[in-house]
Amino acid sequence: MNFYDIIFYIFAAITLLSALFVVTTRNIVHSAFYLLFTFFGVAGIYVLLGADFIAISQILIYVGGILILLLFGVMLTNKITNVEIRTGTVHMLPAAIATGIFMGAVVVVMVWTEWKSEPSATPLTTTTNIGHLLLTDYVLIFELLGILLLVALIGAASIARRDKE
Amino acid sequence: MLQVGLTHFLIVSAILFSLGIYGIVTRKNAVMVLMGIELVLNSANINFIAFSKYGNFGLSGQVIALFVIILAAAEAAIALAIVLNIYKTFSNVNVDEIDHLKE
Repeated sequence: MNFYDIIFYIFAAITLLSALFVVTTRNIVHSAFYLLFTFFGVAGIYVLLGADFIAISQILIYVGGILILLLFGVMLTNKITNVEIRTGTVHMLPAAIATGIFMGAVVVVMVWTEWKSEPSATPLTTTTNIGHLLLTDYVLIFELLGILLLVALIGAASIARRDKE
Repeated sequence: MLQVGLTHFLIVSAILFSLGIYGIVTRKNAVMVLMGIELVLNSANINFIAFSKYGNFGLSGQVIALFVIILAAAEAAIALAIVLNIYKTFSNVNVDEIDHLKE
C-alpha cells in the first residue's frame, strides 16, 4: 500500500461520503455545499488517473459554474427569508432497496469481470495532446458542441425571460 | 486487493452512480433532482477516464469526458431555466405535484 493508494482512498472517501450526504440531507443548501466536496473529490480522482486538464476543467465548470447555477436555482425558487430550505422525499425505502440491489449487482459485475488492464504511460502534460485530438479526430463533435452551447445559451435566456403580460 | 487498480475506480463510480439514482428517485425538489443527475454524469466520467488510462486507448476517453462536462453545463442551464418557469407558474418546484403542462 503505497502513497498513491492512500491518496486514492482519501479521495474516494471524500467523494462517496459527501455524495451520500448530498442525497440524504433534507436541507437543500447543505446538499449544495456537500456537492462541492463531491466535485473536488472527483477532480482528485481524475488527477490520480493522469487527467490533469480534465480535473481543472471539472473544478472550473462544475464548481465555478454549475454549482453556482444550482445555488441560484435554490435561492430563486424558495423564499429567501426562509432559512431552513427543505426538500420533501418520496418512496425512501423502496428506492433505497432498489438502488442497493442495483449497486450490488454492478459492483459484483465490476469485480468479477476480467478487465484488460495495461496502464498506459501517462504523458507529462495531457493538454497538448487533448488539443491535437480536439482539432483532428474529434473536430466535428467539437464544432457541434460549440453550436450546442450557443443554442443552450440563447434557449435558456429566452425560456427564463419574464413575459410582459 | 488493496493495490489500487482499474476495479477500484469502477467500484467508486458504480457507488456514485447508485447514489445519484437514489437522489433522482427520492427527492421532490427539482433542483435536488438536478444534483442527482450531476452525480450520475460524474460517475460516467470517472469510468471514461479510468478506461482511457487502464485500457491503453490514448486520450480519447479524456476528450469524451470533456464533452460530457460541456453537455452537463448546457443541461444545467436549460434545466434551471425550465425550473424557474415552473416556479413562476406553480409557485413550487416539487416534481410530484406538477402534473399538467400549463395552468
